[in-house]
Amino acid sequence: MIRNYDKLIFELSKEGRVGYSLPKKEIDGYCMCCGLPDNLKRETTPELPEVTEFDVVRHYTNLSNKNFGVDTGFYPLGSCTMKYNPRINEEMAAHPAFTQLHPSLPVECAQGALEVYYNLAESLAEISGLAAFTLNPYAGAHGELAGLMIMRQYHMQRGDLKRTKVIVPDSAHGTNPASAAVCGLEIVEVKSTANGTVDVEDLKPLLDDTIAGIMMTNPNTLGIFETEIPEISRLVHECGGLLYYDGANLNAVLGKCRPGDMGFDIMHINLHKTFSTPHGGGGPGDGPVGVRAGLEQYLPNPQVKKDADGKFYLECDEKSSGYVSNFLGNFGVIMRAYTYILTLGRENVKMVGPLAVLNANYVKEALKGDYYLPIEGVCKHEFVFDGLVDKSTGVTTLDIAKRLLDYGYHAPTIYFPLLFHQSIMIEPTETESKETLDEFIAVMKKVAREAAENPDVVKSAPHSTPVRRLDETTAARFPKTTYKQMKG
Amino acid sequence: MKYFPHTQEDIEQMLAAAGLKSMDDLYAEIPEQLLFNREFALPEAMSEIEIRKFMDALGKKNSQLVCFAGAGVEDHYSPSIINPIISRGEFLTAYTPYQPEISQGTLQYIFEYQSMICELTGMDVTNASMYDGCTATAEAVMMCVAAAKKRNKVLVSATMNPKVKRVVETYSKYNGVVIETVAEKDGVTDLADLQNKLAGDDVAGVLLAQPNFYGIVEDYSGVAAMCHEKKALMVMNANPSTLAVLKTPAEWGADIACGDGQSLGIPMNYGGPYVGYLACTNSLVRKLPGRIVGSTTDVDGKRAFVLTLQAREQHIRREKANSNICSNQSLMALYVTIYMSLMGHKGLKEVNKRSYAGAHYLAEKLVATGKCSMAFDKPFLNEFAVKTSVCPKTIQAALLEKGILGGVRIADDMLLFCVTEQRTKAEIDLLVETIQNI
Repeated sequence: MIRNYDKLIFELSKEGRVGYSLPKKEIDGYCMCCGLPDNLKRETTPELPEVTEFDVVRHYTNLSNKNFGVDTGFYPLGSCTMKYNPRINEEMAAHPAFTQLHPSLPVECAQGALEVYYNLAESLAEISGLAAFTLNPYAGAHGELAGLMIMRQYHMQRGDLKRTKVIVPDSAHGTNPASAAVCGLEIVEVKSTANGTVDVEDLKPLLDDTIAGIMMTNPNTLGIFETEIPEISRLVHECGGLLYYDGANLNAVLGKCRPGDMGFDIMHINLHKTFSTPHGGGGPGDGPVGVRAGLEQYLPNPQVKKDADGKFYLECDEKSSGYVSNFLGNFGVIMRAYTYILTLGRENVKMVGPLAVLNANYVKEALKGDYYLPIEGVCKHEFVFDGLVDKSTGVTTLDIAKRLLDYGYHAPTIYFPLLFHQSIMIEPTETESKETLDEFIAVMKKVAREAAENPDVVKSAPHSTPVRRLDETTAARFPKTTYKQMKG
Repeated sequence: MKYFPHTQEDIEQMLAAAGLKSMDDLYAEIPEQLLFNREFALPEAMSEIEIRKFMDALGKKNSQLVCFAGAGVEDHYSPSIINPIISRGEFLTAYTPYQPEISQGTLQYIFEYQSMICELTGMDVTNASMYDGCTATAEAVMMCVAAAKKRNKVLVSATMNPKVKRVVETYSKYNGVVIETVAEKDGVTDLADLQNKLAGDDVAGVLLAQPNFYGIVEDYSGVAAMCHEKKALMVMNANPSTLAVLKTPAEWGADIACGDGQSLGIPMNYGGPYVGYLACTNSLVRKLPGRIVGSTTDVDGKRAFVLTLQAREQHIRREKANSNICSNQSLMALYVTIYMSLMGHKGLKEVNKRSYAGAHYLAEKLVATGKCSMAFDKPFLNEFAVKTSVCPKTIQAALLEKGILGGVRIADDMLLFCVTEQRTKAEIDLLVETIQNI
């Protein structure tokens, strides 16, 4: 019944109710209403809800019941690495010795916080094989942008101003070209071979003195390792470009091989994917950016440094690519990721990638008789099906995704990558057990059977969710994006 | 390892099912020279007991101070119920609401967030939130240029918070936007200089702050007309908490409002996570980056919420994107939504009244010490700048000894003090007495 709850917080409002308490007034004689000139005051009252504290607790608890998270069930959303989000991370992020620090504190008053930042940056450098990291960018896409700024700054500082193009594979995450465009770079697409990797022969003619670099993820979005990476690295470096590693797929190789050793110069990491910080319904995450030796000075400001006495300080380098955030990134997220690394320790970090890859291959092999696997072979942390093997039923990838919701699963990533028409991208992560995967496999097979025997039940799914398929067309044609607009 | 469910038996069965002999087979295709074969130089695994002790020890290296610093980050009251609600796994561990049927919780709170931000700013529409106020403002600048098509210059008032300005300048440097500064006069934007700089008919947008970096509530009468006459958009970076009492960006005639939601009860967290907001008029909605949630119905006619207007986004023509933001700062949007629900318009007004009283009381007492004078004779709310006759560093050091974070140094002879509803009279008096005794 709770799932039928459908009130907006505004609809609970009743004039005169309050949800806050403040101390007794101590300072009299300074009246804002008389002190502030009238023409600076707002003319209307903002229509915020008037509700009690308990109203608010019950309302949002009921809303949470209409949501699905990793804590609820299996979340095989490809490229998003929906692994378990440990609660000790949350406890440390809420540690009162860290949450009340103002960013303008003198550094000697924030040595503990700076040490956390510094240690996490050092750990990420070790794990990725690069020289130095900034944790200032707020998200993966933000890290991409900050990383490309470093790439451009590197060329500009050398006076090499004509390098304004960046090469992006046709299988790349959608953010890659968007980040490049925002960074003022022109995008050149490189094609994939039939087995899904970058076509080195297609790449060669693209390389000239206008190329700033190439953006790649390895393994790529099909979950396939780019084995030609040493050759690609040699070619791109020979032409004067840099290699950017999109760290969205880092979980696949965590502990097994390192982007720095593959030849990458700049990379970002999604702490909310690989390092277990929660996705929070779409943020806050954090997108640390690492660089190889020789590029450290281009990292965004401010940078956290350690002096000979072990004291931490902030430095702003004038060669830096600039400022991308308010201060030092999402510090609360940094606390979480550092806690995760401490929990895993050096002995367990190296098992993350292998177990994630094992899980992915186990699911892939079990399902490839029912779902069409366009590229055979051992995958890494994720893999892509191109719809059902039996296309005659008319059941689409969207229908399959919606039917999975009925069975208590989040859907995989669908219609990405764009290389196939009916992409279903599955990433199980290392924190799922064999039993969970077995149940998922059984349900996927059941959906495939339903598609053949009773396609309508799949095409009209979901049936048991808090709401069913939505009218997205009307939502876009007559947008109502606030309560006021909704009331009309 | 408690996060790995695999038993040795599981591993063997799973490898066999996948047609593999060993774990090494999972990486067989990777060139030998790329494989990492040594131990990581990382600490050994810690238990929860050890982690708590370790972090407690690190925490002791931070000083817990009574905060009179502002400059964009303020020490406001955070109601107790917010953390337990946003820590619910259904909110915390969800991703972007790609599957609306099982994401109505996220979608509805974003809708409520959008509604409340529009109430505070007076704007027609806002997105599902941005990373922080600095990046929201940088995106506002890019919106101006995208809307203007053939203009790439944006004017920024010298009274803008320099932390915001430097992020705007960084984005602009790479994006090809030209930033020009409008001079300040007596602590506020020099409107004559603004008029001059608009005269070239080449300005896409004008970026202003409210309250400004010095805490001054600027009078922007006539500025919207000045901008619009020259076909430039007016962008206002406004502190959302103060908009419960101050004239809204919409009432000033702004086309875009942006800023940081930290003042809506978010702990200072050493710089983040906070939440940025970005709102605009209806006519600019197609240029608004990020996600937007709209209301609709499902096939059974039930009210529901969904990501909408996605054709604006990078999904289409991504190589020509004006923004690369993919998601939002969702959980922090929920944070401020709960805050605004609890406080209501009365609570927010009360917070501003308390802060106003505390700040004006402090200002008066500081001037009475003879060591400080008001830097500007202009209206302010909860923050103000003073000129100091002794070196600001000396003042800050003396305050630090008393456990007070005493303002932010903004010039060789200037300190910026912020007073929120959390500061008691005793704390203010101690600050004043300490300065008096220097």
